[in-house]
Amino acid sequence: MSTLNYIMKRILQIIPVMIIVTILIFFMIRLIPGDPVTVLLGEKATPEMVKLLTIKMGLDKPIYIQYLFFMKGLVTFDLGNSLHYKIPVFDLINKRFVVTITLTFFTVIFSALISFVTGYMAGLKKDKIEDQIIRMGALVALSMPQFWVGLILLIAFAVKINIFPVGGWGTTWPEHLRAIILPAFTQSLMTAALLARNLRNGVVDTLKMDFVDFARSKGLDERSVKRDHIIRNALISYITLLSMRMAYMLGGSIIIEKVFALPGIGALMIDSIYSRDYAVIQAVVIIFAVIVITINILTDIAYSFLDPRVKLD
Amino acid sequence: MKKILEINGLVTSFILKDETIQAVQDVSFYVNQGETFGLVGESGCGKSATCRSVLRLIRDPGKILNGEIIYKGIDLLKLTDEEMVNYRGSEIAMIFQEPMTALNPVLTIRKQIYEALKRQKLSKNDMEIKAINLLKKVGISSPEQRLDNYPHQFSGGMRQRAMIAISLASEPALLVADEPTTALDVTIQDQIIKLINNLKIEMGMSIILVTHDLGVVAQMCDRVAVMYAGKIMESADTLTLFSTPRHPYTIGLMNSIPHTDKEHGKLIPIEGNPPNLSNPPIGCPFEPRCRYSEEICKTKEAELIEIGEGHKSRCHFIDKLIDVKGIIEK
Repeated sequence: MSTLNYIMKRILQIIPVMIIVTILIFFMIRLIPGDPVTVLLGEKATPEMVKLLTIKMGLDKPIYIQYLFFMKGLVTFDLGNSLHYKIPVFDLINKRFVVTITLTFFTVIFSALISFVTGYMAGLKKDKIEDQIIRMGALVALSMPQFWVGLILLIAFAVKINIFPVGGWGTTWPEHLRAIILPAFTQSLMTAALLARNLRNGVVDTLKMDFVDFARSKGLDERSVKRDHIIRNALISYITLLSMRMAYMLGGSIIIEKVFALPGIGALMIDSIYSRDYAVIQAVVIIFAVIVITINILTDIAYSFLDPRVKLD
Repeated sequence: MKKILEINGLVTSFILKDETIQAVQDVSFYVNQGETFGLVGESGCGKSATCRSVLRLIRDPGKILNGEIIYKGIDLLKLTDEEMVNYRGSEIAMIFQEPMTALNPVLTIRKQIYEALKRQKLSKNDMEIKAINLLKKVGISSPEQRLDNYPHQFSGGMRQRAMIAISLASEPALLVADEPTTALDVTIQDQIIKLINNLKIEMGMSIILVTHDLGVVAQMCDRVAVMYAGKIMESADTLTLFSTPRHPYTIGLMNSIPHTDKEHGKLIPIEGNPPNLSNPPIGCPFEPRCRYSEEICKTKEAELIEIGEGHKSRCHFIDKLIDVKGIIEK
């Protein structure tokens, strides 16, 4: 099957998955006690005010009608208005996605850089001192809670030595970039540790393979042996893991965004749940689902290029 | 005859945390220009470690601790790693035992042949022509299409052929074939053996053939060494070895070959197991399994001594074996 056919097939498969996602999210958030009207109006609201607003928001209609309205909006790419902020959900999410995508981008870069160098070295020097230090480092990185690492880094590099802002996102791109370094680095530690372990094991396993020695027996120089045989094979599972982590990060990291006061998707999600802002929660979850599915498809395609034994069908 | 390779006193060990496995213990032999030298023995006797030592492809924690490997007058063990690279491929190439694992699964056959041709600095076009010819030579049909296949699209026999093609791409003077047919089924085995033999004659190579199959030895080798527990037990030219074996282990090996004629209706296996190489016995390593053994064998190991022209054996009681007949007549 050609790659194009495969992509078409996978895209069609998104539809049933998305329908299930919409049903789940739509009904589940309505199971949470409390409703947006009381949250909006506060404790002193009169029953009349509540009734009026409920009708205005369309929350008086039967729930399946509400669902159909929601679906109708969805297929026309209208995500509705935020019940809380009273602006179109699209505008609300738009800006915040830029933050989350920027954060994810730099996290991926940092994770890849750190894990590639350390994981590869640890694999080549299996059981030697370098390997032991790197494995220890990975274990430490995995054991430290992110919010704590974030706070420590903030104290060190924003309070004591003032090279990064203490929090926030800023207004211009140079400010954004300065603001994103610390949170991205904090978030990258755990992923880097996981990736480094994965790459280390990949290199260790590949080094045991006969084809590496066979490549050497051909008279191939060590650089080519490492590049075309060892790294090439060890990268297969590394790339898969990295893309899975990336999908996860794009959903927004609540902890990182809270610690560094970044207006990202994760923070929006939490705030929306508190204010029972149904439209926003639904939109964020659906977008997240689309991202995860898309990245999964891209990963599968990348996988088939990295490992020709994998067939797309 | 000119010697292309001479190994003297090779010692290769695998140094683990709490034990050292002495895979190759003081092995010496030579290979003449243009001949096929057989290295025979059961699994784990140090054949592969000897082969890998020749190319200096001993994997960690293995180490070549002692000896000389003199190839065309140069001791390979004295070369730097970078210098050694120049000897691999174009001078000494190797065929591995497992065609399933010796080819890189993520690279095309084309790429893997090209890697072997890299040093010849050919144009793209010439490389392709040469790669196609190589595949043709080893009997792969429609090589033009096969060139862009991946190893998993090949059957076991075809992979072994492809591996041979890759090994031969750099036109080596010495080919080390480490059990090239063990992983293949019998009909393919025969084809591969004939293929290697033909290519040897065509290209004028010398071969070290490692096998545990005495039939293959008889078919291909000019001279043979029988290895046991990391040591050479007996060596001779093939005819001498098969007609007048002079070591109990060699005799045991010959008795354990299946025969189709009625006289030898039953196989006679060699009882017991080879010794643990991390703690080799002080005496003869074959003593516990040997039907000729006496008290001295337990405490003192025999030297590998010359007992005839080019015929060496490591046994205290060669005179006991004087009447033993081999499986062929001289």
